[in-house]
Formats: sequence, structure tokens, C-alpha cells
Amino acid sequence: MVFDLAWLPQLTQGLLLTLQITTACIAMGIVLGILLALGRVYGNRLISTPCSIYIQIFRGTPLLVQLLMVYYGLPSWGIYPSAFISGVLALGLNTGAYQAEYLRGAIQAVNQGQLMAARAIGMSLPQAIRYIVLPQAFRIVIPSWSNELILMVKYSSIVFSVTLLDLMGVGKRIAARNFRYFEVFVVVALFYLVLVFIISQLLRLLEHRARIPGLGEHAEQR
Amino acid sequence: MSLLKAENIHKRYGKEEVLKGVSLELERGETMVVIGPSGTGKSTFLRCINQLTPPDKGRVWLDGVEVTHPKCNINRLRAQMGFVFQDFNLFSHLNTLRNVSIGLTKVKGIRKEDARKLAMKELERVGLDDKIDAYPAQLSGGQQQRVSIARALAMEPKLILFDEPTSALDPELIGEVLEVMIKLAKDGMTMLVVTHEMGFARAVADEIVFMEHGVIVEQGNPQQMFSAPKHPRTGEFLNKITELYGETE
Ligand SMILES: Nc1ncnc2c1ncn2[C@@H]1O[C@H](COP(=O)(O)OP(=O)(O)OP(=O)(O)O)[C@@H](O)[C@H]1O
Ligand SMILES: [Mg+2]
Repeated sequence: MVFDLAWLPQLTQGLLLTLQITTACIAMGIVLGILLALGRVYGNRLISTPCSIYIQIFRGTPLLVQLLMVYYGLPSWGIYPSAFISGVLALGLNTGAYQAEYLRGAIQAVNQGQLMAARAIGMSLPQAIRYIVLPQAFRIVIPSWSNELILMVKYSSIVFSVTLLDLMGVGKRIAARNFRYFEVFVVVALFYLVLVFIISQLLRLLEHRARIPGLGEHAEQR
Repeated sequence: MSLLKAENIHKRYGKEEVLKGVSLELERGETMVVIGPSGTGKSTFLRCINQLTPPDKGRVWLDGVEVTHPKCNINRLRAQMGFVFQDFNLFSHLNTLRNVSIGLTKVKGIRKEDARKLAMKELERVGLDDKIDAYPAQLSGGQQQRVSIARALAMEPKLILFDEPTSALDPELIGEVLEVMIKLAKDGMTMLVVTHEMGFARAVADEIVFMEHGVIVEQGNPQQMFSAPKHPRTGEFLNKITELYGETE
């Protein structure tokens, strides 16, 4: 088995691109997910129906198809997104749909009586959502959100198919040039593994920090 | 002019007409107790007053301002009517102090430091100034209900609506909440209270209202209602709840 240490700088470059793409698409997915979830829960039919159609489409079709449609499909409409933009856009639009569904469940899990209590002290509906419902929904959604984040780190590897040199893209190139598929992909896999490990630890920390004192303690004792 | 006036309130859920024309008036500083069997529409009526549930028909005035007017600023008016719920409904992600002060900062736009002081004052009033950092899940039911009373008080409401504030509590915790409410009534707060605690009614109620099947059957001062009810159903019901709930105070 031969792994040339001289490949490491390139792989690190790829890792950085993977991080950039993941961060950007997650950020986009969070904003989109919040808007879609609010639209579905609080919007009238005119708003909630398009939101659910969007979610259905992006959850019901393969991510790779979505990516190729953005990269190769948009140019036929006169839009020429770069490979990077295409990757972020496709991944962001996709994770937005999933995050919307998780957040919708979380919003619906917040005790409706508290919304009523917020209205009763004079808060408008948007205020009540912002100060009372969402802060609690965000806490509830952290575990499923963590899963989604970890999935996105790994799914981001499909962007190699639109010529991007992310961790996967770099790995594939090095492997092909040197005919060292096994060694190189083992290292690439290790990189992903470490990345996912670090991220999940950070998210566990976040989950712990966001816990509401006194809540859930009884459940733990059982 | 009475502080609260409700006129001919109607509310229907599907086929069921829950409120069939309920009217009442409440003077400033008065305490009115509403009693009646389960499913009679008492909670619905309270929510129709502050428009958490807008009535199908009928009008409500608070201090001369029509709350049911389509062009009124309902959020501002609602802030002037406290509401205390049966199951407290404290904001579970906020500590005691923030539960009480959040309405001051977000609704009234008061600066954080000032809001904190005002909230402290109300928490002292309900005897919980030593619990400001606790979260709702760390408080007993009685303490939670007292926080929710402080949350209502902090907005400096013109009146407070109570919807069975003690019926979710263990018997030994009812007293501490009633004690706070009695003090409030004696301090001149205007209160409309749905409760079956007849000890409370005897102690501070200026008027008792008996509701059944979506209408007010009878109303009068406590002595008259207890000793000489005009309507046979009133007497039966009062006897029944006195047996059931006793006269804890
Ligand atoms: N949001 C709602 N949707 C449909 N029906 C409702 C709703 N709220 C109340 N009802 C119905 O209206 C009737 C009156 O309910 P309400 O809660 O006002 O009674 P209540 O007098 O407060 O009873 P309790 O003493 O049990 O609290 C009940 O039959 C109830 O099922
Ligand atoms: Mg009720």
C-alpha cells in the first residue's frame, strides 16, 4: 500500500472546499427551511400550498438529478451558474426542504397554550412566533437538524460530478492519476469520518447548552 | 361607566352554539365569580372578552373602548386585560424573571433594566422574588401559577380574567394561589374569575354569576346567591360544588 504524503496538501484544499460548500448550503437551507416551515404552519392556503409542493418535489427527487438540472439545465434558460454556485444552490434547495419538515414538526410540538399566553399579554402573532414559539422549536429540532447536517457533509461529495474539486473530487483525481484507488479513498473516507465526528461533537455541545433547565430531567431518570 | 361591558355574546363551534347571548357588566375594582357546569362555555366566554376567540356576534367594551371593533388595535387592548390560564402556560424556555418581563420589553418597549425592576416588584407581590432564576419546569404548580399572575400584573392591566386558576393544582397548593388572588381583590384589582372555590367567592366576590348551557341563569351578590337563589338550578349547583370542593381558602 502506498500513500504519498505529497497528496495531503491537495486533499486539504479539497477538504476546505467541502467545508465551504457544506457551510453555505446549510446556511441557505436554514433560512429556506424556516421560511417554508412558517409558511406551512401559519400561512393561508395561498402560501402553504406552494410551500408543501416545493417540499414534496425536493424530497421526492434524487439530489443528483437536482444538481445536474441546476448545472446543465439552467444554461438552457440563459442562466450560467458556476460549478460552485450550482453545488451550493442544489444542496441548499434540497436541505431546505428537509429542514422545513423537521422544523414544522418542532413548531407543532411547542405547546399551543404558550402561543395563546403570548397573545394574551399583547404580542402580535409574529412577535409570539419569534419570541415564544421559534426559540423552543429550535431546541426541539436540534437532534434531527444534527442528522441533516451530517448527511449534508457527506452528500456534498456529489458536487465532484459537476467538476468541482472538493474532497471527493480531489481524491478521485489523485486516485485516477496514480492508480491508487484503494489507498486514496481510504484516506478520503477518513477525512470525512473525522469531519463528521468533530461536527457531531460540536452539535452535541450545542444541544447541551440549549437545554432548558428542569425540562426532560424526569424522562432521563426513567 | 363600567370598566368591562359584554353585550349579547354569541359563539358557535360547528353545530353547537356554545354561547347564546351572554351579557354582563363589571365595575372598576369589582371581583366577579363565574360558576357553572363543565362544557357550559365559561372558558369560551373569557376568551371572547379578550378576543383570543373572537365572538360570532355581540360586542365588548373595555373602559369605554370597543374591543370588538374591527379597526381597534387589538394587541394593545389585549395587553390591558390580564389572562390567567388553568394550566399556567408559562414560557418554558424563559426563567421566572423573563417570563414576567418579556411583555414589558417586547410589547411595551420598556428598557431591559427598567423592565427587570418592574418584574421584580410583581414577583415580590406574589412572593416569588427568591425564584427569579428558576425555569418553569423547576417550579411547583402553585409557584407556576403565581408567576403567571405576576406576568399578567406586570402589564398593569385594567382587569384580569382568571380561567379556573386552581383546578390544575394539587389541593395543598391551592391555598397559596387563592391567597394571592384575595390580596389582589382587596387591593382593588378588577377581576373576572371562573372558579369553583366557594371560599374565595365568599371572601371577596362582589357578585356571583351562574352560567349554564351558554346563558347566564342567575347572578347576584354572594349572600343572596348562597342563601336565597331565585333559580332552583343555582341552588342545586352551589350545593354540589360546595360538597365537591369544600370551602378551602
Ligand atoms: N376550539 C374549540 N373547538 C371546538 N369546540 C370547542 C372549542 N373550545 C370549546 N369548544 C366546545 O365548547 C363547549 C364549551 O367549552 P368551554 O371550554 O367554554 O366550557 P367550560 O364551561 O369552560 O367547561 P369546563 O368547566 O370544563 O372548563 C364545549 O362543548 C367544548 O367542547
Ligand atoms: Mg373551562
